[in-house]
Amino acid sequence: MELSGARSLIESLKQEGVEYIFGVNGGAAMPIFDALYGETDIKLIPMRHEQGCSHAADGYARATGKVGVALATSGPGATNLVTGIATAYMDSIPMVAITGQVFTHYIGSDAFQECDVIGVTRPICKHSYLIKSSDEVADVVAEAFHIARTGKPGPVVIDIAKDAQIKEAPYHYPESVNIRSYKPQVHGDPSQIAKAVELIKQAKRPMLYAGGGVVLANAAAELREFTLKTGIPITVTLMGLGAFPETHPLAMEMPGMHGSCCANYAFTDADLVIAIGARFDDRVTGDLGKFAPNAKKIHVDIDASCIGKNVPIDVPVVGDAKSVITELNKQVGKADIDPWRAQIQEWKQKYPFEYEQKGGKVMPQYVIEQIYEHYRDAIVVADVGQHQMWAAQYFKFTEPRQWLNSGGLGTMGFSLPAAIGAQLGCPDKTVVNINGDGSYIMTIQELVPAITLKLPLKIFIINNMYLGMVRQWQELFHGKRYSAVDYHDNPDFAMLAQAFGATGLRVEHVEDVRPALQKAKGIDDGPVVIDFIVAEEENVFPMVPAGAGLGDVIRGLS
Amino acid sequence: MNPEERHIFSVLVENRFGVLARVAGLFSGRGFNIDSLNVAETHDESISQMTLVTHGDAQIIEQIYQHLNRLIDVIEVTDLTTGTHVERELVLIKLSAKPQERAEILQVAEIFRARVVDVKPTSLTLEITGDEGKLNAAIEVLDTYGILELARTGKIAMLRGTSV
Repeated sequence: MELSGARSLIESLKQEGVEYIFGVNGGAAMPIFDALYGETDIKLIPMRHEQGCSHAADGYARATGKVGVALATSGPGATNLVTGIATAYMDSIPMVAITGQVFTHYIGSDAFQECDVIGVTRPICKHSYLIKSSDEVADVVAEAFHIARTGKPGPVVIDIAKDAQIKEAPYHYPESVNIRSYKPQVHGDPSQIAKAVELIKQAKRPMLYAGGGVVLANAAAELREFTLKTGIPITVTLMGLGAFPETHPLAMEMPGMHGSCCANYAFTDADLVIAIGARFDDRVTGDLGKFAPNAKKIHVDIDASCIGKNVPIDVPVVGDAKSVITELNKQVGKADIDPWRAQIQEWKQKYPFEYEQKGGKVMPQYVIEQIYEHYRDAIVVADVGQHQMWAAQYFKFTEPRQWLNSGGLGTMGFSLPAAIGAQLGCPDKTVVNINGDGSYIMTIQELVPAITLKLPLKIFIINNMYLGMVRQWQELFHGKRYSAVDYHDNPDFAMLAQAFGATGLRVEHVEDVRPALQKAKGIDDGPVVIDFIVAEEENVFPMVPAGAGLGDVIRGLS
Repeated sequence: MNPEERHIFSVLVENRFGVLARVAGLFSGRGFNIDSLNVAETHDESISQMTLVTHGDAQIIEQIYQHLNRLIDVIEVTDLTTGTHVERELVLIKLSAKPQERAEILQVAEIFRARVVDVKPTSLTLEITGDEGKLNAAIEVLDTYGILELARTGKIAMLRGTSV
């Protein structure tokens, strides 16, 4: 069967079960968009900016566990995808980003809208391909999806020259993929697992430290079994929230810079840290010299290069979280650690996340608490900044893939397009987008496709008229010199939403918070935007200042 | 600070365009050092071998090993420094050689088993192979005659015995 390269691409994507492609059309990708015209098996979702495409594909992948697909043209289309590709790479999200490229005979000539996309994306993707001939398409797509979703997942870039899209070639989709140089290790080494079990049995003050890898490996059920079976207290990172229910007595909540005092004190006192699918990020560990100084460390990770990168590890276990925890569950029993559990409970009760009601102002933490009251089962997509930390602290996540955020790269503007992808991937779920006034406006244009698609997104802006997290650092560490963070010139987001064609509400008083959230529940024929005007100079606490040890956590300003 | 060690990695990679850039990018992006790098096709034309000399403390060397392995196009990484191995390098040296110095230079060349690859009225070009110590010694002595130009290939290396 002879097909054009573009048609081969679409047929290949169908073979991979692709439901949606998030795209912005342009010259060097026109044959692909043409092949998608009238296509019913794969729905093309036109976004308004290529950054929206890569974030939407990413949000779809995070919410469903499937590979998200973004599509853009060459040059500026491709470079606009870059932030979203880097975002997915840092959080190990399976994605395939497809870019058109100029005709092969123009490559290297500085042709119109030419850019070395493979070069630009090399350090921010798991792998990449340049297709110069139509007959390569099917094999490349099969390899790209295999690489994106296996091992440590990540984005793969496919750059296709325009003549390779147009020319016809025989199409045959490979039944299986075998890459001799790529064989991810799934099962942990039994002798390493035995060593881990021995350390777990001996420990008097053990703690679990689980990260996004547990969610990516779909290992939340196994993690729960392990935690309940052993009774070992657990902290789940920003990337893993929901992997273990935060409402459970053994849950110490999030660790790190804005994590719970309990989790941070536990690290400081623990004699064993069992890290699973977490990477000892600097935002978690604080000063490495003071991190878990008394603890032996077990590190389970699918990526061998992650182990020992930041913190020396006593027992490394390279393998998939699901496989390794399943093995551990066969070998561990109830831990005899009552005094330690009592200590954890004492910290939990003594130092919960808390805030002070200031005057008659709408406190941002209160808004999050109320969002939690109204939307407990929703998928929450947060942006980056203070609102993200408050959402992580005050919304109690109980299920994996319930909380989506750009944890590694910290990409402002991520959440609205990601929420679109999440809602398309999970049409039966309510999707709540918690956004900041700074981050919302960075990708506000994606309100257009959300309205066109009639997606019932709940977009809640925690509006403090500042680039709040930076302002907080300026307040604490730069003598209140508020350089380039004053956003009092924000537009009226409620009116702006209406101008786009969405429902827009503005909430300025505490008593209006609950009624507005209730009202938003009833709007299901399109997005609703609520602009919550909150206390302007509220800070996120607790806080471990950059470079300090976890034990030096600041609980609040007195 | 842990002591720095020099390591030689033999890296078998898919013989495709862009692979060298991926390996080089790994080093530049993470601040690792490349002391020398040699790339060429093996007896299997679909595979290239890179011989990569680098240095760093044990933790950095481990990271380099793991990150090389993580690249999709990398088939196999061997740290040759952990076993007994042979290493060789080739250098071309162009010397200023007046007719009256030539005999003396050729004597020195003989000591290092150098080959003369080009002679001109006032210059002489030598080819020398060997390990790093031998080449450095040769260069030191020959420099007394005035080196006009020098090019080194960087090392290639292999484990001794039947292991591959």
